[in-house]
Amino acid sequence: MFYRENGQFKTSYRTDLQVFPIRQDRIFIWALLAVAFVLVPFVASEYTLRALLIPFLIYALAAIGLNLLVGYCGQISLGTGAFMAVGAYAAYNLVVRFPAVNFLVVLVIAGLCAAAFGILFGIPSLRIKGLYLAVATLAAQFFVDWMFARVKWFTNYSSSGSVSTAPIELFGMVVDTPQEKYLFVLSVVVLMALAAKNLVRGHIGRSWMAMRDMDVAAEVIGIRPVYAKLTAFAVSSFVVGIAGALWGFVHLGSWEPAAFNLNLSLRLLFMIIIGGMGSIVGCFFGAAFMWFLPIMLNQLPTTLGIPISTALIAHLELMIVGALIVFFLIVEPHGLARLWSIGKEKLRLWPFPH
Amino acid sequence: MKKLDPRVRIAAAAMGAACALTAGAAYSQAKEQFFPVLVYRTGAYAPNGVPFANGYVDYLKLVNARDGGVGGVKIVYEECDTQYATDRGVECYERLKGKGPTGAAVFHTLSTGITFAVTDKTSTDKIPIITAGYGRSDSMDGTVFKYNFPLNGMYWTAADMLIQHLAKKEGGFDKLKGKKIALVYHDSPFGKEPIALLQERAKMHGYDLTLLPVTHPGVEQKATWLQIRQQRPDYVLLWGWGVMNSTSIKEAVATGYPREKMYGVWWSGAEPDVRPAGDGAKGYNALVFQSPAGRGKVHQDVFKYLHDKGQGTGPKDEVGEVLYNRGLAAAMLSVEGVKRAQVKYGKKPLKGEEVQWGLENLALDDKALAALGFTGFMAPTSTSCADHMGASQSYLHTWDGTKWNKSSDVYAADMQIIKPMVAASAKAYAAEKKVEARDCAKVAAGG
Repeated sequence: MFYRENGQFKTSYRTDLQVFPIRQDRIFIWALLAVAFVLVPFVASEYTLRALLIPFLIYALAAIGLNLLVGYCGQISLGTGAFMAVGAYAAYNLVVRFPAVNFLVVLVIAGLCAAAFGILFGIPSLRIKGLYLAVATLAAQFFVDWMFARVKWFTNYSSSGSVSTAPIELFGMVVDTPQEKYLFVLSVVVLMALAAKNLVRGHIGRSWMAMRDMDVAAEVIGIRPVYAKLTAFAVSSFVVGIAGALWGFVHLGSWEPAAFNLNLSLRLLFMIIIGGMGSIVGCFFGAAFMWFLPIMLNQLPTTLGIPISTALIAHLELMIVGALIVFFLIVEPHGLARLWSIGKEKLRLWPFPH
Repeated sequence: MKKLDPRVRIAAAAMGAACALTAGAAYSQAKEQFFPVLVYRTGAYAPNGVPFANGYVDYLKLVNARDGGVGGVKIVYEECDTQYATDRGVECYERLKGKGPTGAAVFHTLSTGITFAVTDKTSTDKIPIITAGYGRSDSMDGTVFKYNFPLNGMYWTAADMLIQHLAKKEGGFDKLKGKKIALVYHDSPFGKEPIALLQERAKMHGYDLTLLPVTHPGVEQKATWLQIRQQRPDYVLLWGWGVMNSTSIKEAVATGYPREKMYGVWWSGAEPDVRPAGDGAKGYNALVFQSPAGRGKVHQDVFKYLHDKGQGTGPKDEVGEVLYNRGLAAAMLSVEGVKRAQVKYGKKPLKGEEVQWGLENLALDDKALAALGFTGFMAPTSTSCADHMGASQSYLHTWDGTKWNKSSDVYAADMQIIKPMVAASAKAYAAEKKVEARDCAKVAAGG
């Protein structure tokens, strides 16, 4: 009834190429952005901002990066944690060695370092595919774990191998309250998500998808596999590297190499599988599923006043989340993003489905 | 058409925030002191985390049941399971820090990784964290780390005391020259912290230090012990946690390395570490932290007020085990910090900032410890603005197959060596984080 596109005509190429061609979608997204940027910082508690929303946004950003590679280009990667680590340590070293540099520049350079690293470990993808490539990217994970734990220069010779970051300064303003941190992360994530969305709609994204769907056919129609695969690795690692720098600087503040271990890589992979491969929206769904759901389950008994032991809650949390993952994958193997679009299709016909 | 979305979830989260706010309001105005309890009853390190958590919670319950709270203020607490993971630990910290009428009194982070991440937030949140026997070694410098309290010891003092023991065994520090000492450590900040001190000591005494890292969680150590078999070090120092410890001892049995020459840090010397190795663990040594295994007056109280009434947190046999006792002592220190702060600020629920003063002015002498029932389970401790650690002394105990027995004199860490290292490291931290060091003379003058 409300969600109808009757009477909305596309009269120019510009309107035809919009990210959100339906007016209701545009209104919805603007409202959402307004709530996220204006309302949330005022009403959300410190806990919500620091422990829920900031990690969620950074996870979503990392998931977008990974999705570009896995969902759009079809190159399975188990090295996301490694690329995040490269971004985080690059940013750390830049800040330590060149304290005067603006943090936005630091973020971009950190992303570029991660991109270079991604290209390096993307080279095997030119020869190997599928699970074999996953194993090759696993090597990146182990190599990076080793490198940041052993090469002391990267951690500025700290005795325990962990690093702490200075407060973030942007144009003379220190970003330290939860609200400022949240807005900063949100801005970065929105910009990157928009860039990613547009990238996958353009010729680069289309060449990635062609590679994913059938690489031989793609080559025949004139897409260079070297270029397509390596740009996918580069762009993906760039986004993931920025997420890593944010994770280190904004969320953790101090970290050890184990903060970016294989667990993180796997968790991000689950996020995009559950959220939806080849979908930017899905990254947000997946990140929410993997971050909010366990915490909500964990808090539920206490909130409701049900006396259950902490151990049992923790075990139940693992069991229920595990069961839900299986459930969602059986019900909708294409992820939550697909459920979302099915819902929208249904809504267009509601209340008179034919 | 699936182009919608990004942040629909934020709206949901905002609703969650509203729930959290109303829950917080319900607490207000009660005469209660909130104690957050970060534990790990699940995950790879649960076997060691559970007894500690039970001891900690038992003591809080005991104070309520026996004394009616701290100075008449009832203790309320809530557990949060971190699974020993840093991100979940930070979430737990954020979740619990604002609860109760005055917010969290004091945190025990119970993991070096979480300590590092939370240390950053304590100065803005003004909540002290106690890292008794772990955490950042440089955090004993109270001028830089206002809210960190590595009470009774940290990794550098532990390493120092172990080397002192080895020197004594050999007949003097000069006899250590040319000896081979291997450090088998958990490859994380926890395991790496002692290296700086061991290297410093190696320079002084001329022993060879071999570093053998073991990756988390430590069940795969074949390569490490192969190296030990090849190099035959004179001593092995074990810096492990959880399943890594029992695996090391089992590997030592398989390699034929004498357990008598193995020395564990205090996180590698509890019952769950040696029991899985069976008889093979006989002769294995480890440092004692704060309190040895055994039962004293406080344990009788635990039985009288909790277990006999069916209120005990864990199984009965666990009371008096090494890690249980450590949890008990940790909770005692938190409660004493609050008690000390009540002297200054009055017997009411206190803010973290006020508890910080209490922890900074702890004065637990023999008499006070006897009154608490901790005689023989804790050395006298006092802290100050500059010294957030208090006395760090320890001795070794040896596993005889069924129980731990005291097997050495009491050692005190050589602060001559440690102090300059702490000062240098704290200074570097302050520069990196742009923290200004406090002037303790001014703090004293200001009361």
